[in-house]
This record gives sequence, structure tokens and C-alpha cells, in this order.
Amino acid sequence: MNRGGSSPSAAASYLLCTNCRKVLRKDKRIRVSQPLTRGPSAFIPEKEVVQANTVDERTNFLVEEYSTSGRLDNITQVMSLHTQYLESFLRSQFYMLRMDGPLPLPHRHYIAIMAAARHQCSYLINMHVDEFLKTGGIAEWLNGLQYVPQRLKNLNEINKLLAHRPWLITKEHIQKLVKTGENNWSLPELVHAVVLLAHYHALASFVFGSGINPERDPEISNGFRLIPVNNFCVCDLANDNNIENASLTGSNFGIVDSLSELEALMERMKRLQEEREDEEASQEEMTTRFEKEKKESLFVVSGDTFHSFPHSDFEDDMIITSDVSRYIEDPGFGYEDFARRGEEHLPTFRAQDYTWENHGFSLVNRLYSDIGHLLDEKFRMVYNLTYNTMATHEDVDTTMLRRALFNYVHCMFGIRYDDYDYGEVNQLLERSLKVYIKTVTCYPERTTKRMYDSYWRQFKHSEKVHVNLLLMEARMQAELLYALRAITRHLT
Amino acid sequence: MEKMSRVTTALGGSVLTGRTMHCHLDAPANAISVCRDAAQVVVAGRSIFKIYAIEEEQFVEKLNLRVGRKPSLNLSCADVVWHQMDENLLATAATNGVVVTWNLGRPSRNKQDQLFTEHKRTVNKVCFHPTEAHVLLSGSQDGFMKCFDLRRKDSVSTFSGQSESVRDVQFSIRDYFTFASTFENGNVQLWDIRRPDRCERMFTAHNGPVFCCDWHPEDRGWLATGGRDKMVKVWDMATHRAKEVHCVQTIASVARVKWRPECRHHLATCSMMVDHNVYVWDVRRPFVPAAMFEEHRDVTTGIAWRHPHDPSFLLSGSKDSTLYQHLFRDASQPVERANPEGLCYGLFGDLAFAAKESLVATESGRKPYAGDRRHPIFFKRKLDPAEPFAGLASSALNVFEIEPGSGSMSWFVDTAERYALAGRPLAELCDHNAKVARELGRNQVAQTWTMLRIIYCSPGLVPTTNLNHSMGKGSSCGLPLMNSFNLKDMAPGLGSETRLDRSKGDTRSDTVLLDSSATLITNEDNEETEGSDVPTDYLLGDVEGEDDELYLLDPEHAHSEEPEYVLPQEAFPLRHEIVDTPPGPEHLQDKADSPHVSGSEADAASLVPVDSSFSLISVSHALCDSRLPPDFFSALVCDMLRFYAEQGDVQMAVSVLIVLGERVRKDIDEQTQEHWYTSYIDLLQRFCLWNVSNQVVKLSTSRAISCLNQASTTLHVNCSHCKRPMSSRGWVCDRCRRCASMCAVCHHVVKGLFVWCQGCSHGGHLQHIMKWLEGSSHCPAGCGHLCEYS
Repeated sequence: MNRGGSSPSAAASYLLCTNCRKVLRKDKRIRVSQPLTRGPSAFIPEKEVVQANTVDERTNFLVEEYSTSGRLDNITQVMSLHTQYLESFLRSQFYMLRMDGPLPLPHRHYIAIMAAARHQCSYLINMHVDEFLKTGGIAEWLNGLQYVPQRLKNLNEINKLLAHRPWLITKEHIQKLVKTGENNWSLPELVHAVVLLAHYHALASFVFGSGINPERDPEISNGFRLIPVNNFCVCDLANDNNIENASLTGSNFGIVDSLSELEALMERMKRLQEEREDEEASQEEMTTRFEKEKKESLFVVSGDTFHSFPHSDFEDDMIITSDVSRYIEDPGFGYEDFARRGEEHLPTFRAQDYTWENHGFSLVNRLYSDIGHLLDEKFRMVYNLTYNTMATHEDVDTTMLRRALFNYVHCMFGIRYDDYDYGEVNQLLERSLKVYIKTVTCYPERTTKRMYDSYWRQFKHSEKVHVNLLLMEARMQAELLYALRAITRHLT
Repeated sequence: MEKMSRVTTALGGSVLTGRTMHCHLDAPANAISVCRDAAQVVVAGRSIFKIYAIEEEQFVEKLNLRVGRKPSLNLSCADVVWHQMDENLLATAATNGVVVTWNLGRPSRNKQDQLFTEHKRTVNKVCFHPTEAHVLLSGSQDGFMKCFDLRRKDSVSTFSGQSESVRDVQFSIRDYFTFASTFENGNVQLWDIRRPDRCERMFTAHNGPVFCCDWHPEDRGWLATGGRDKMVKVWDMATHRAKEVHCVQTIASVARVKWRPECRHHLATCSMMVDHNVYVWDVRRPFVPAAMFEEHRDVTTGIAWRHPHDPSFLLSGSKDSTLYQHLFRDASQPVERANPEGLCYGLFGDLAFAAKESLVATESGRKPYAGDRRHPIFFKRKLDPAEPFAGLASSALNVFEIEPGSGSMSWFVDTAERYALAGRPLAELCDHNAKVARELGRNQVAQTWTMLRIIYCSPGLVPTTNLNHSMGKGSSCGLPLMNSFNLKDMAPGLGSETRLDRSKGDTRSDTVLLDSSATLITNEDNEETEGSDVPTDYLLGDVEGEDDELYLLDPEHAHSEEPEYVLPQEAFPLRHEIVDTPPGPEHLQDKADSPHVSGSEADAASLVPVDSSFSLISVSHALCDSRLPPDFFSALVCDMLRFYAEQGDVQMAVSVLIVLGERVRKDIDEQTQEHWYTSYIDLLQRFCLWNVSNQVVKLSTSRAISCLNQASTTLHVNCSHCKRPMSSRGWVCDRCRRCASMCAVCHHVVKGLFVWCQGCSHGGHLQHIMKWLEGSSHCPAGCGHLCEYS
């Protein structure tokens, strides 16, 4: 990393996107100074968040009530753009971390660390390392997985699958964990752990998707804190918060373009709504549309030009993240497109056969009481949250758009809704948005500011945060559905 | 299943026969529906849509409606319903939002009739009008209900629930125009089919989705609803406001509910998740199902009564790909397995007992409990004489009250406080305890103590006056004592008395030795045990030692958080001897080998003829020289202890055990001793006699007991600056990196025992403070407080 003259400090704390690395290699004297990032998010100008914040008494109240750390962290600040949602988010998070539950407090935080480590989310890891110690966790565990009890280590497999390929979870995995023995898990404990894992996988998506900055907390109280590896390439951060100005002045992107983009989207939505009544796709076509969308998500390659680079280029990443990897095993295991394994042909998850409302809720609530209600409220909240606005337009019914986002995420995890026309996804979600969605939900650690900026340029930041919330919850629900279905199968 | 009972019912000409039977389907079922002739059933699921004929012995597949090479999603059924007027007409709801009707009368293989694709989301439910041939109703995930006229291509009217997804729609059986719909958000709405603009009535029935509802077949106003909140509720809709008349609590979310034909109060339910059984409830008895069918191996998804007027046949389809016909007669009845009696203690010792009236009536002299003004009556069930069920359910409640005063345990408290258990010679202890018991009017106990003294203490050691005194008293009540012993069956007849006689000839010089072992603090004992058994962790150092974590106190914190908190003085004694194991068998060996102890010589002398007027004193003098081993009596004493324990006076048993110590312990097995100790300690703690209980724990010789006061001796402290718990070390805070507890005298960190003034909360090393306060009465910190050290 130190090749070239790039300052070591910047190299240590920022990843370089492949593009920049190429440039760096060419011009070895390029000097990248560490950009100043202010505010809770690297993607969103500070004033956007802060403005919303100063007025909001409610947020402060919520933080006091439900925050485990007792302070307004960056995630909360960004989420406070949607106070309604924030409340149900904090409540469920507080419940699973602090209230009555089958797992001891330090274990909960350790599981959170394990989950966040799957996505190398140092932000969440640091946060929970602190909490872990504060709740009386054994500091030795933080040296890595080999120092924790076998029981927690056993959770590793399910953590890995849940994070990257939840459809592979079978009842055998569950059986292995609950089988009576020295290190067995009871079902309520397992459900608690699964909820925590899914929550923190999804939250990692949000952290990366919204470019949450590391907490400005100079105090490094113990050796277990990770050096905050900011995932955003310097090239993104160099033009820090100017992107908006840039787009407004039209120097980078044609304002006309992006405006017409928005208009076109509105137009399409309207057309779809009208078409619904008369257009009638045959069943076969519906099926093919889902398959097509599934397949197409294959080609939505995330992380810019990830595949065109030989693996060696990522060795640097591996070194940087080795700190994180002590919490995980098999770091190479990642998302693999659901559609790609056409040969084995894993059966599609039919959403109607195992829904959250009917089945997931009942099971989770039975084994870990009350969490079901909190999660239910959260899912409902995020799905129904709307201000009836789209960028500059008001009184827009965004149901269609929200449903498209939600179902697209599920589609990438192989969950299909019989009653959804996947053609809508194609019409409503432009390619750059699909790239963003796929990156955030499947490889969140590769999200860049460029991706964040490149879709829906006319939309407000708060709307983009809303998108992130939808992606996060959709992902959490997908993971939960797979895990709970496996548990149900184990039970029957 | 194997029960081969057969039921034949005659129903207006048609005859239903059958047995409990099942057949395998090819795929999981989502819903079933019965033809009106009660001879056919349709099963629908994601990949199954078949009609089975119900024959006497088996199900026979009659028709597969799922035709075509690549079946479309239209055939993926969420619900199916068979028209109750027309045998050829069926309707299905597809997961992709299509409503399909089927005409079995069509000559072609494909019986599909009409296709309605108006719903945007999954259709959860379809329902035919009970009397109208062409009216079909559907409810969908998109929040709309649609009414179709089968003679037309599209819907006649659309009803918008204005709330979330529709889970169930049901036409009222009695009211021609009315239908009910249930919603995912917990609401139930009542609609008039002619008025699509707004619902007639709406109310919130459940917390969470209402999955199903069913109108009562006879009672026009009754609607049963089942929800995710695991409840089945029965609503009376005839009144102005929907009124909840019954509520049944199940163990899992309720997926389907169906009233049982011909049984006004019965309904069948099955659950959405986890629980695979089908239950039939009597709504008036909401806690125990009336019947239970346990055949399915996966969740039951569809239930249907085979005939609208026959209560004995229930059909069910399940995710485990089976279709069952259950016979009511073969159902298991949990009621029969339930315990029909209830028993409960009240706060003040009252005992309530409820049982079937028939059971209680046989016992005379007890009148049923009729309520009491002292106790508030929380709920009282009104008995409805019309209910046939009432007789069965009625039970008698008896309450046994404790007589005022009899429950008083003051004797227990007094005894516990005044008994001396250790620290004095055995004879004195016995005398003291006897005196205590006598003063409290417990003569028998007092006598026992006296006896013990006589048994175990040689008379020579006791000053003669004292002896005479006690003997004088003893003789006056000697006879009753004898009687009581006999009553207790401790040792029958003559034998007991002779043994008692021998007691006076107890060993003389043994006492000293025995006493020392009873108090357990002799050096000898310590030496015996130290090397082997005393765990070092238990030694609490008062200076800076390794164990200081155990005894860290943070004065400021404790003070700021609980200013009222007063540490008992007992916290400060520096050490208490921790003697773990009772002096082992070597000790006993000593005794046995002791030249003073030999029983053989005395045998002959003991055979003194018994007459009623014999004097204890004379006997004792006569036997003065004969030395009997104390072991000789131990069996007797043990029996006595057991007797007391069984009588409920565990206090006596434990006290004697402690006082006698080594002498009897070996004859009672460890577990019993432990049991006594724990019971007594528990009792003491209930009476808040903490000191006594601690003393007992300390004096106990059972390992399991004595470790009681060594458990949870850790005191967690918080930092006085940042208020966070100091986890790793007790004197330095990890967070603010400050030393929390400084000695006010030497200004060093206190790592061991910390003593502080409860008035001004300053403090420091124990020695320093002690020394300081010898010279000055003011606080060493200079705060001006007049500290006291006691």
C-alpha cells in the first residue's frame, strides 16, 4: 500500500477503490491527503442531517430511552431523518440487546461482533467491543474466535451462511446446534442469536450503504478497537460533499438528464398503475420475468469492476481486514448469486408458503417472546413509511416503488412472490440503482460514494436513507425467513 | 387410528358411515372443502388440486383438476371452496391473485370455468353465498374484497377495507346480505353486500392478524374469530356493539375455526404454526379442549365438518401431505387426563381446596366455602342452569382457615433467639435451652433437653446443687416424660426405661473432650483439617492480599447511591474461622479407645426393676460408677431427632444436632442432616432471623450447608467518578484511570479492607482508621465530622 507516495496514514485508514489503485500505480507520485469528513455520514452532507436533528426533541428522547451506549451515535443521527422508524428500530434493538432474553448480555454483543465481522464493518465491531467489555465480557474473547467457548464458535457456520447465502441453511444446521451435548444451544437461545445475527448483518448494510462515519471518539480504551477502516475510497471522499453542488450546477451530470430521469420514472409508475387494469401477463410470462430478474441480478456486478481484476489486487484488503477476520472463519465465503447455481437448481423460496406475518412471527414470538411484535412493527413501519413525495414532487403514491425495492432484495435471495410482477422491477429500478441495491445487500463493504450518488440524482438524501432502510429491513427479513423456516422444519 | 370403531348416523335419509382413516396426498394441502353430499372432499395446495371420494373404508381419488403439462400459478391454491347449493361448482383462490371457478359438469378434461384476475395480490379466501347460486366473494392481500356474479365476466362490486390485507371473508348464514371480513391489523368488519361504499360495522377483535372467522350455523349473531394472538373469540353481533361472549386461549396462532354442527358451543380449530393438532373446544370451558386429534405430523391447514348436521366426522388436510377423516369418538380427551383437584396456600396460611362436588360430598362435616368477607372475591362464575355443561364443571371450594393465634410462630422466634448452641460446656447449653423451653411453656422440649444433659454429661461434673435442682424438677415431672416417650414409640416398653437408667452412668471425663469438639474451634481441630480440606480461597486476608477483590468496598459510591444504607457491623469482623470438615472419625476413635469409656461393666447394673415410684436420683447414684458409652444412646437420640423433625419442629432437631455435635452426627445420614439444616435455615430467614441463621450455618458441620455463607460474598463496586462498574480490579477504574478508594490517613490506595464512616463517607485502611480514631474523634479527611468507630 505504501508504494507510491501516498501518505501512510491515509493508506492505513482508507481503502482504495480499484480505479484509484490503477491510477496510483501509473502515477506513483500522486499524493492523496486524508480528506476531512464531518458529520455522521460520508455520503450525506453534514448540514442535511444536523438540520433535521437540532429540531428533533423526539430523537433525543428516544436515544435516552433506548440507546445502549447512552449517546447519539452516527447511525441514530442518520436514521433520525425518519423519526417514526427510528423509534421502532431502537426499541427492537434495545430489546434484543438489553431486555430479558435467553442469552447473557456479553454473548449478545459478541454475536453482534461476529455478525458485523462478516462484512468487515469496523464501525459496528468497535461499538460492540466497547459494549461487550462494559457488560462484563471476557476481554480474552476479543483476541479472536479461537478464544471463545466452543458453543459460540459453533454459531460460526450459521453466521456465515446467513450473511451471504441464507438459502443454504437447512434443518441439519439447526439440528447440529441444538443436538444435546456439551455445547448445545437451546431453541430460544438459538432464535435470539439468529435475530441478532440477522439484525447486525442488515445493519452493516445500512452502515455501508449510508456511509456512516466512524464515531469521533478519540478515546481508545483498549487494545481491541480496530483501526477504523473507512471503506470509502479517497476519490469518493476527495470531492467530499460537493457532489450535490456539482449536480446542481450541471458540470458533472446534466441537470436536464437527471430531471428527465425523474420524470420518466414518474411516468413509468403512472403507466404501470394504469396498465395493471388491462394488461394481463400470462402465468408463464410471470415466471419467466422472475427468472429473468433473478438472472439479471447476476450481471448487475457490484463493486465497480470487481471481476475484471485479478485476485491479487485484493490481497491488500485482506491484510487490512485481518483485524476483523479474527472474529470469523472462512473469510473467503461471500455472496454467490442465487441464480447462478442453476445446475443444482435450488428451489425458489415461495414467499406465500412461509410468510413473516403467518409463520415467522409465530415461531419467533413463541421462542423469544415479544421480539416478534417489535420486529413486526419495524417491518410494517418501514414498508408503509411514506411522505407521499418523490424528490420535488408531492402527493405521489410510492407504494409501487417501495414494493419493487423490497421484492428486488428478496429476489436476490431467491424469495419469490407469486403475486408480484417482476417486470415492474425492471421498469422502476434503473441499472445504477440495481447496482447499488445489490452491492448494499450482498457486498455492503464494497459500497462507494460514487454508487450512492449515481442513482436517483434528484432525490433528497432523506429519501435515499429511506431506500437504505428498506434494503436493510428486506435483507433482515429474508435472512430471518430462511433461518426460521429451517427451525420450523427442524421442529416438525 | 387403529381404533376400528365405526359410526353410522342417519341424517334425514342419507346415512353416513365411516371410521378414522387417512390417505396420502402427493403434496402439502393448503385448504379443503366438502361437497354438500358429504361424500366428496376437495383438497387444494400449491401443487395439488384433487377431489377424493369419502368411502366407508378409505379415500378414493376421483378427479385431478390440475391438468396441463406445465401448470400455471393460477393453480397454486391458497383456498378452495365447494358450493353448498351446486355440486358441480367450485372456486379457488390462487397465490398470484387470481380467482378461478371450476365446473365439474364440463365434459372436457379441463374443468376450469372462469378466471377473475382483478386482485393485485394473493387472494386469501373465497366464499360462496350460502343460498345464492351465482354469488362469490373473495378477500385479498391487497386489502380489497370483491363480489363476483358468476354470470358476468368481472366483479359486481369492490369493497375496500381501508385497512390492511384481508385474511378471511364469510357470508352470514342467516342474514342474506351480510358478510364478515377479517384483517391483518386485527380488525373485523361487517358489510352489507348492497353497500360497497362503507362497512356497516368495524371493531378490533385481536391483537395482530385475524386469520379466520366463522358464523355460528344456528345462532344468528355469533361470530367466532381466531387470530395470531393465539385466541379464539366468540362475538355476539346481534347487539348494538359487538360483544365478546367467549374467549378460548390456545397454544398457537389460530389458522382456522369451524363451528361443530349440532353442538351449540363446540368449535374446531387448527393452528398456523408449531402445533399440529386439531382441537375441538367447548367455548364455555376455554382452558381444556373437549377433544383433540393428534394424527398430523405437520401443521394442519384445512378443517371441515363432513356434513352440516353431523357432529362426529371431521376432515382435515395438512402440510404433511395427508388427508384425514377423524371420528369424534376416537378423539383423545384431555379433560380426562387433567387433574380435577386444585390446592393452594394463601398468604396467611389459609388453605383452599377445590374439587368436583361429587368427590367432596362424600366427606361429611365439611361445608363448602361460601365466600368470606375477609377476602375479596375476584371473580365469580355465574352458573347458567340451561347449560348442560354446568353440572359437570361445578366444583366445590373448601377453604381451611388457620385459627387466629394458632398460626403464631412467636415461640419459634423466641426459641431461635434465645437458644444457646455453642460456646459453653454441653451441660450448660442443655440447661440453658431447657430453661428457655420451659419459660416458653414447651415442657416436653424442656424435658428433652434435660434428658440429653443427663445422657451425655456425667453427673459428677455438674455441681451437685445444680444437679439436685434439676433432678428435683425432673422427678416431679419424670413420669409424664416417660409416658410421652412411650407414646412416641421411640423405644418400646422396658427397654427404653432401662436405657434411660443407664444414662446417669455416663462417662465423666469425656465431657471436656466432647465439648471441645462441639464448638469446633479448638486448635486441635484446626490442625487436623488445615492441611487437607480448607480451601485457601476462603481465607480472607485483612491486609493487601490476593483476595482483596472479595472485600472491596467503595465508600463514595455506596454512599451516593444509597445514603441510607447501613452496613451491618458483622461485615467487619476480620476473620471468622472457617472450619470445613467436622473433626473426622479419628476423634471418634479417640473416644472409643478412651479408658473411661467401656460399656461392658455396667450391663448387669442396668437391669433395675422398674416401678412407678422409682427415683431418678437414686438410680443415678446407683449407676454412678458404671460407664456406658454414649454411643449406646445415640440410636435413641437419633430416633428422637427424627421424631421432632417429622413433627415439624425442625428447630429442635437442628439445635440438638448442633449442641450434641459429634455425639450423634455419625448416626444420622448426611442427607437428612442437610435437609434439616436447609429447612431450619429457610425458616429462620423467613422470620428474618438472619443472625441466628448465620450462626446455624456456621455451626453446621455439613459441607453443603457451611458453604452457604461463603457463597456470593463478592461485593461489586462502581467507580466513584464515572459510576461505571469496576470490573477487573476493585481499586482502579479502567475508564477514568483513577484510584477510587484512597485512605484518608495515609493517602494510599486501599486494596484490602476498607472501612469508612457512615456519616461522612470518608475512610481508609482499617488499622489506620482505628489508630487515628484512638487519638482523635474527628474525621481524618478533615471534613469536621465526628466519626465513631464501634
